[in-house]
Amino acid sequence: MTIDREWIADHTGELTELSVSHLQAALTAVLLGLLISLPLAVLAHRVRALRGLLLGIANILFTIPSIAIFVLLLPVSGLTRTTTVTGLTVYTLVVLLRNTVEGLDAVPAKAREAAKAMGTRPLRILLTVELPLALPVVMAGVRIATVMSISLVSVATYIGDGGLGQLFTDGFQRNFPTPVFAGVALTLLLALIADTFLVVVEYVLTPWNRKGQRA
Amino acid sequence: MGELLKDLGTWLTSQEQWSGSDGIANRLGEHLEYSLIATAVAAVIALPIGLLIGHTGRGAFLAINLASFGRALPTVGLIVLVFLASGLSMTPVYVSLVALAVPSVVTNTYAGMRAVDPDTRDAARGQGMRAHQVLLRVEIPLALPLIMTGLRLALIQVVATATIAAYVSFGGLGRYVFDGLAQRDLVQVLGGAVLVAAVALVLDLLLAALQRALFRNRPAPIA
Repeated sequence: MTIDREWIADHTGELTELSVSHLQAALTAVLLGLLISLPLAVLAHRVRALRGLLLGIANILFTIPSIAIFVLLLPVSGLTRTTTVTGLTVYTLVVLLRNTVEGLDAVPAKAREAAKAMGTRPLRILLTVELPLALPVVMAGVRIATVMSISLVSVATYIGDGGLGQLFTDGFQRNFPTPVFAGVALTLLLALIADTFLVVVEYVLTPWNRKGQRA
Repeated sequence: MGELLKDLGTWLTSQEQWSGSDGIANRLGEHLEYSLIATAVAAVIALPIGLLIGHTGRGAFLAINLASFGRALPTVGLIVLVFLASGLSMTPVYVSLVALAVPSVVTNTYAGMRAVDPDTRDAARGQGMRAHQVLLRVEIPLALPLIMTGLRLALIQVVATATIAAYVSFGGLGRYVFDGLAQRDLVQVLGGAVLVAAVALVLDLLLAALQRALFRNRPAPIA
């Protein structure tokens, strides 16, 4: 199997365009996933009865093949970006929900009680004590969800979207490995860049975890 | 929606849908075959690596990066790439599924081994156990819940992803999804998806039950 470098050189514009569209779909899904999973995670953390139910539903959604989720959304949202992003969001929910609940569970009870004793209201405790302390575990979930989404966008190529995934269909139909190779390599590169970026974000957001590292 | 569910019910329960080479029974068998073989191969490759990294403490960097690399690798691209390289054979299907499953098993095995209390390990050594005895009698039993979690996670992912075998013209339950997609037959797609999800859930529950039966004294972690 040979890689046609000329093809890659001739198609840099298209490859850039697909990469941008690819990243856009994945990141939108993670953002939406965060917006949906955060309140649900707080609910699952506070109300024990809902916890098993919410995590159970998320687990079942995870077992449905991604192609099927995309196809099943077709009657609702058609051959559009919305279908891609909605399908991906469903997958990010599993990881984000579980990690956020675990992160909240791991917050030391003493920190919570100290805040309560100082007269802090529940919502403020959540925003200024619990969520910041849960951040490392939540961020671990965000990293997994982001990398997973970036990898999964290509599945949407079956419904005519899929960013870099279009290169897979193209290469498959023409029996031409170069675009497929380029698509795989660019997907890995995007995932690596996004993951590194999130590590930096976490470092910036959790200054208290850095004590002693600078000595 | 109600109409669709009724059609789905008819599709899933009709006698003719279950028989023949394109029937559910046969497709189910193919799907199980791909998934179980791929997961078994992945376990044979990944368990020794995870145990070695966990036991020696060396190569942790590899274990952690392998996980994110594996998650980032687009399975569709990989299956097409191997297909173009190797031609029409089962190789692309198995290569992609094994590549998908190995990272989960390696990282969970490694995590399980790392979670073993160093004092316990030292105590075993202090009692005169040799390295392989510490591994077999102390570390592996204590790491088992997490190792099993890794295997269960890998199996779920493999079952869901084995759907794409149909993309490179093989069988399995993905056939319904792809054929339904080509024929704009939503009921068939839905039927395929429901069956894949059901297989994944049943296998996961079976493994959980097996885990409980084998290690009664230890609570199974929620996967």
